[in-house]
Amino acid sequence: MTAEYNIWLIAAAIGLGSWLIRFSFLGLIGDRQLPPWVMRHLRYTPVAVIPGLVAPLVVWPEATGGAPDPVRLGAALIALAAGALTRRLLPAVVAGMSAFWLLQWLLG
Amino acid sequence: MPPRSASPTRPLAELGRGARDALPFLLVVFPFAVLFGAVARAAGLDVIAAMTMSVMVIAGAAQFTALALMQEHAPALLVVASALAVNLRMAMYSASIAPWLGGLPLWRRALAAYFLVDQTYALSIARFEAEPRLPLAARAAYYAGTVLVVCFPWYLGTWIGAVAGAAIPARLGLDFAVPITFIAIVSPMLRTPAHLAAAATSVLAALLLAGLPTGTGLILAGLAAMIVGAEVERRGFGPAAPALPQPDPDAAEGGEP
Repeated sequence: MTAEYNIWLIAAAIGLGSWLIRFSFLGLIGDRQLPPWVMRHLRYTPVAVIPGLVAPLVVWPEATGGAPDPVRLGAALIALAAGALTRRLLPAVVAGMSAFWLLQWLLG
Repeated sequence: MPPRSASPTRPLAELGRGARDALPFLLVVFPFAVLFGAVARAAGLDVIAAMTMSVMVIAGAAQFTALALMQEHAPALLVVASALAVNLRMAMYSASIAPWLGGLPLWRRALAAYFLVDQTYALSIARFEAEPRLPLAARAAYYAGTVLVVCFPWYLGTWIGAVAGAAIPARLGLDFAVPITFIAIVSPMLRTPAHLAAAATSVLAALLLAGLPTGTGLILAGLAAMIVGAEVERRGFGPAAPALPQPDPDAAEGGEP
């Protein structure tokens, strides 16, 4: 592969491009006051992006070759419930992973 | 009554807190780094090349995407474009975190931007919204704490994976730890109907748009979900007191009145 590609150049290009993406708003806007309607939308960024990021991983897991898996779906719902109820990260992670291993042992 | 000033110990405490809060993510980040190192090695990259990718990009999804495309002999331009498309969601993170960290001097913002990844973003935004009265210095310290635990193990893990090569045992379903840790970080945020609506929209749209080129579906889903969230809030089903950065009681940094 190193004969075919200049890995350094590719890594640098991806690195620089990624940094520009990450710096885009943080660098240009800084902490300037944004109009209320913008803030109203930005407020939902985490709950708008992260569930979407995660959903394909839960519904079409690579480990099962993309086939929906009741074990993973169940464990994901349990993690969701645990997080919503306890409002804390660690109990949700523990609940989710425990459910995953338990369901896998029961149903897998 | 004098305003409650930012005590000097606060940033240090927040640094520790950020590191501590990030620990569950270590379970995911470190094995994935090791996996990347091993896979890169197997694909023909040497240890230095694998490290270069991890240090320059610090984004697992983009790095794996680039590797996969290179293994398929895709043109270099497509490799770079696809990896960047996968990272496009970071623009939304940048916009979202700008109000909270934007007060930092330009060079510190540039540095923070380098470390802006899914986990450092998610952890930090959760903390900032939960404690809007934290002074800027404390927020920066919290962010730095998450960076210590999330980003540096990424470098170390890559190195270990690249050096150990093929001697890596199979993960016991740790691939599923990725969605679990993110579900765990997002579910406490689902406080209002507006948040729930946004999250539901995000899930549905992302699944529907999964056929689109990597990264673009998520951007569209994210935008749609933000609009839904904002609209539901406008109709009165949002937070009663939206979390906004509070002005620094001391305003020692930056000197803005």
